[in-house]
Amino acid sequence: MKQRLFWDKFFERTFTGAAWVSVLALMGIFLMLLVNSARAFATVPFAEFFSWKAWNPAAYGQATYGIGAMLFSTFLVTIGAMLIAVPLGIGTAAFLSEIASPRVRNILKPAIEMLAAVPSVVIGFLGIVLVAPALAKVFHLPNGLNALNGAILLAVMALPTLISVTEDAIHAVPKHYKEASYALGANRWETLIHVTLPSCTSGILVAVMLGLGRALGETMTVLMATGNATAMPHGFFDSVRTITATVAIEMGEVPYRTPHYFSLFACALVLFLITLLVNMAAERVAAGFRRKGQ
Amino acid sequence: MKRKIIQVFGMALTITVTLVVLAILGVVFFDVTAKGAPSISWKFLTQGPKNGMTEGGIFPAIFGTTAVTLLSTLLATPLGIGCAVYLHEYAPDNTFSRLIRASIRNLAGVPSIVYGLFGVAIFVQFLGMGASVMAAGCTLGLLTLPSIITTTEEALRNVPRLTREGALALGATKWESIRTVVLPTAVPGILTGVILALSRGAGETAPILFTGVAFYTRYLPGSVMDEFMALPYHLYILSTQHHAIEQVRPLAYATALTLLGLVFLLNLTAFWVRAKYKS
Repeated sequence: MKQRLFWDKFFERTFTGAAWVSVLALMGIFLMLLVNSARAFATVPFAEFFSWKAWNPAAYGQATYGIGAMLFSTFLVTIGAMLIAVPLGIGTAAFLSEIASPRVRNILKPAIEMLAAVPSVVIGFLGIVLVAPALAKVFHLPNGLNALNGAILLAVMALPTLISVTEDAIHAVPKHYKEASYALGANRWETLIHVTLPSCTSGILVAVMLGLGRALGETMTVLMATGNATAMPHGFFDSVRTITATVAIEMGEVPYRTPHYFSLFACALVLFLITLLVNMAAERVAAGFRRKGQ
Repeated sequence: MKRKIIQVFGMALTITVTLVVLAILGVVFFDVTAKGAPSISWKFLTQGPKNGMTEGGIFPAIFGTTAVTLLSTLLATPLGIGCAVYLHEYAPDNTFSRLIRASIRNLAGVPSIVYGLFGVAIFVQFLGMGASVMAAGCTLGLLTLPSIITTTEEALRNVPRLTREGALALGATKWESIRTVVLPTAVPGILTGVILALSRGAGETAPILFTGVAFYTRYLPGSVMDEFMALPYHLYILSTQHHAIEQVRPLAYATALTLLGLVFLLNLTAFWVRAKYKS
């Protein structure tokens, strides 16, 4: 009995220890970003970092660190991706839950979710070999490595989550809402547009924000497909360089513990805070949604 | 009449949109399979690259990806399961445990490149692992940790409370009830989560970019402190950094197909495990 109690205590401590190690390691990521960013801001002025000044940390003599163009590029590509993915996603989700037979739905939904498993580097590769030549041809561009290409690829990557979460939200709309609408003489389309979709807007919003969070932090696809020009883009046909791509390109070559090195951590911190904000907002909306449902 | 036309038009719109999404799905799989399959052979899968990566195979990349992914799972699984067991079986429902859960949920959404930076700062430099299988494995392990914790907790939540209390009523200690009743019941759910984490780890590029992956290595990694080649990075190199990009395109396609095949195999396994134990 004594031995059994010993093991009981032993494993309680082991599990508690595992929890502490996990949490400390994960919190460590945030702390590490903070500490290294603070070191960056010891040399790089805060106002310069968040300005439209050029990102030119390797310049001889007068290095400048402005993330304005990169932030703008990140948002340009991400918002472009959402403009493409949201209509497609909501339409498909509406089809799957309201029009398709359960058998069709049970085949198509997992098939579409499979798309989420495709590694980002494969999507980026297809951006180079398929999307870029197509864009170059259609819009008569010298090459198709631009913001639009990145937006299309990120849309493809956001689609599975968007469709899956939206479909769940539509599916969760109480049946009597629809029945009441039919009883009033509305047809299926009118019911979908005026009753079903409006009653699950917060679910759709969560889906959009989850897709947004994923698109913002995506590295390999944008690195491969957007051309990576550091200049301020003027539109979707310009080459862009996002924050993630900048970190991926420069981290490999930067000398250890220089202002340039630390400034890349500051870039990552900005990215971290933006995605955190988006995810927390999604969670807030989802929590409100659940409360309302009860 | 007008309402009917609008309805037909609207329905047609949703069907068109769905067809577009399915077409995207089809293009992704068909293109990679059709253009990758001709270059896949036994030699391609078992030999190293030759002549500046313009010929030969991708065995070192397959080996590297397998080694790093297995190592990351080996590190993350016990930690993740332990953390989930603590959260679900031991932790009181207070602000502290809610804080832990919230931070784990939020860390699941952190971009993978941020994990890569953490890997550089902590594993490669601070802990002196250098760019190695070990450093990359630890980085990928951390990346997959939140999802392992979340899926394990989900699996534990699905164990009926009565089973647990039954064991306790028979005189088992808490640990004995966890070992003999709770964990065995939760195994399929945990296993599914671990396999999906493996699949995600195998496809990730950004976290290993600076923590150990190499452009080309002459030999396979002899220990966990060596650099390695990896499938996703190899595909990245062949499609953007190679000196003869057009010439190596068939090899790039074949690499993409191999990677896609590996990831899908893992996903199907997870799907199968879930389906098998659900019934």
